[in-house]
Amino acid sequence: MISRRHVIRNGLLCSVFAAAGLPAFAAPTSLQIFVPAAPGGGWDQTARSIEAAMRKDNIITNFRVEHRPGAGGAVGLPVFVSTKKGNPEAIMIGGLVMVGSLVANNSPVGLSAVTPIARLTGEAEIIVVPAQSPFKTMQDLVAAMKADVGKVSFAGGSAGGTDHILAGMMAKALGLDPRKVAYVAYAGGGPAQAALLGNQVSAGISGVGEFAEQVKAGKLRALAVSSSSRVADFKDVPTLKEAGVNVELSNWRGVFAAPGITDAQRKDLVDLIEKMANGPAWKGELGTKGWDGLLMTGDAFKKYVDDEVVRITAVLTDLGLKK
Amino acid sequence: MDTLAHLANGFALALTPINLLWCLVGVTVGTAIGVLPGLGPALTIALLLPLTYKVDATSAFILFAGIYYGAMYGGSTTSILLNTPGESATIVTSLEGNRMARSGRAGAALSTAAIGSFVAGTIGTIGLTFAAEPVVRFALKFGPAEYFSLMVLSFVTVSAVLGSSALRGLTALAVGIFLGMIGIDLQTGQPRFAFGVTELLDGINVLIVAVGLFAVGETLYLAAHGKRGPQEVLVVKDSIWMSAADWARSWKPWLRGSFLGFPIGAMPAGGAEVPTFLSYWMEKRFSKHKEEFGTVGAIEGVAGPEAANNASAAGVLVPMLALGLPTSATAAIMLSAFQSYGINPGPQLLDTQPALVWSLIASLYIGNVMLLVLNLPLVGLWVKILKVPEPLLYAGILVFATIGTYGISRSVVDLLLLYTMGVMGYLMRRFDFPTAPVIIGMILGPLAEQEFRRAMTISQGDLTIFFTRPLSLTLLVIAALAVAGPYLAKLVRKPAAG
Repeated sequence: MISRRHVIRNGLLCSVFAAAGLPAFAAPTSLQIFVPAAPGGGWDQTARSIEAAMRKDNIITNFRVEHRPGAGGAVGLPVFVSTKKGNPEAIMIGGLVMVGSLVANNSPVGLSAVTPIARLTGEAEIIVVPAQSPFKTMQDLVAAMKADVGKVSFAGGSAGGTDHILAGMMAKALGLDPRKVAYVAYAGGGPAQAALLGNQVSAGISGVGEFAEQVKAGKLRALAVSSSSRVADFKDVPTLKEAGVNVELSNWRGVFAAPGITDAQRKDLVDLIEKMANGPAWKGELGTKGWDGLLMTGDAFKKYVDDEVVRITAVLTDLGLKK
Repeated sequence: MDTLAHLANGFALALTPINLLWCLVGVTVGTAIGVLPGLGPALTIALLLPLTYKVDATSAFILFAGIYYGAMYGGSTTSILLNTPGESATIVTSLEGNRMARSGRAGAALSTAAIGSFVAGTIGTIGLTFAAEPVVRFALKFGPAEYFSLMVLSFVTVSAVLGSSALRGLTALAVGIFLGMIGIDLQTGQPRFAFGVTELLDGINVLIVAVGLFAVGETLYLAAHGKRGPQEVLVVKDSIWMSAADWARSWKPWLRGSFLGFPIGAMPAGGAEVPTFLSYWMEKRFSKHKEEFGTVGAIEGVAGPEAANNASAAGVLVPMLALGLPTSATAAIMLSAFQSYGINPGPQLLDTQPALVWSLIASLYIGNVMLLVLNLPLVGLWVKILKVPEPLLYAGILVFATIGTYGISRSVVDLLLLYTMGVMGYLMRRFDFPTAPVIIGMILGPLAEQEFRRAMTISQGDLTIFFTRPLSLTLLVIAALAVAGPYLAKLVRKPAAG
């Protein structure tokens, strides 16, 4: 019933536009950015950076940012789908965390319900140990995990999130049971860092940015990063693959459009995001935030999202988080 | 001496007219949002983040710190006057504070809260200035095992609010623990008791439960059992200020609350609520006026917890400024504000940005003075609210609680929860169940559970971890003594008397 009513309403709107002689399709002149997380977090910062870059480069100056936090985006996504259907000026921020959260929560609404527009950024994960830890290299840590996987405790973000996913992928690559990983979940980077600085856990996993300052100050030791190539700030820290663990993971963030928009409207949004991402202001935003620009748009991005859903579902199943 | 020189520089920067103005704006906004249930300092600072594009770093952080301190002051006002806590750290304040207000002593309660907040805020800031290093080293010694033992100790405090029947009190505690478990479990990522309602996935906000149980429940009770006919207006007894006796009874709780709140606030998983519980329990044990607790309202029960929550606010800034660790939502957002200035908050913050950090600390001293000056004259104004006839006053409380709750998330589910809790609060009052244990269970239950499971993951299921670590064992022994102490004392005294 609801979907039919939507069709009727959209049909009416179209005919109203036609009657008024307005062009039915035109590049959006304002954007509504929907952030399925609380202000202050990574997705919110992505939204603010998009707004700042577009304003600065004079692409779009009219913005409305809306937050609907909860459960790694699982609360916001259904709201976005139902309230923004067919709206060509609405975009939602999302990323790897949302993929994991939707799978772990058996969410009835998946990312297939929205229209993928572009991947914008990625952030490598970093594996660290306390400064006084006996583990000097990734190989030391791997050897300890192989000896008794339950003895090596990892502090990181919430279960099923990016950090936990990486721990599971590492265990699997080493031929260990991902469910046996002693993963200690903390709500956010601060408490996890405190556990590491206090030498309460063997190792920690988080985004590079989260641990960067502690590593630079010598309070934590970086053993490896999860990206395909080394991270600019830590040139002497090997990638997991270089250290002999065949795993690659990037905490990517991107934008999605509402369901039910036309192909032309989708193309307009892709063009808009590409224009921003190739402009000088966005490059500046990437620099200050320490993000890698990983622009990928349109069909390629759609395929990427589909592949990530399959891959993450498999990891979460291995971890016993997907029923 | 180095510290003093830095601090002097900090004052020089913080005392410029423009920064004083930002500080004043901060504490005023902070007081206002503290008064409103729902809107907290974290959300407010997040909404003000775009300011960082326009204002220089020092001014922005002076503003943010003012908001943070101000919210702690403001939260107590509505707790005392309307039984509607504005912040979760001021829930305990409403226990005695509102009873004092209803026995005509609102002025004294508000004054001891404001002056206690000032004393504790200043002690906390002094601690932040001179003792940040050792405090943070001590706080990092707390691992999951120690936190679990601290929570066990905190559960003892429930004995202070059990009321006449232990069975009813413990039932209320169990209800609270259950409410605290709703939502996604952090350690497994699985939803618990959410029944497919996505709004419940992130758990229930403790403030909604507190406002529902206390304020809405109270209103319903009054509507059902209130007197008909002409209303008697509450009389403000004596002077609206604190009497000499009030001062004598307040100063020790202020100090005890400060020394509980500061170190626990500095602990990465300590928080502001735990020290208020501990302080309340302690004051009830030490008070010479036990009969006033839970009846006409004891001033110690306001002075201690209020000092504890303000000292913990300073404590939270210790790991943030000393190590760059965001251990609360507010600190996390302040740290992300640092980043938008291109400042990387970390262990070297104090070395790389001394001017910023020290002017921030100096502004805390100034903010505290401003808050005292702002709040004390308001006491006279606030107590007039209680002269509003009861039906109108309670109608106002209902509107206020509803708007505040809706403001948290603009979610209808939250409003339904508020009123469900209100009905539950009414029924609990009707059948003589205490409501405070629900809140204690809801805050401590999930903390204790998570820390227990973390400790078990690290020790590979070995329970002795709680007894083999000295700090953890010490806390458990204190908890055991706190429970058994009164009984042991009786056993020892009885033979002597007989």
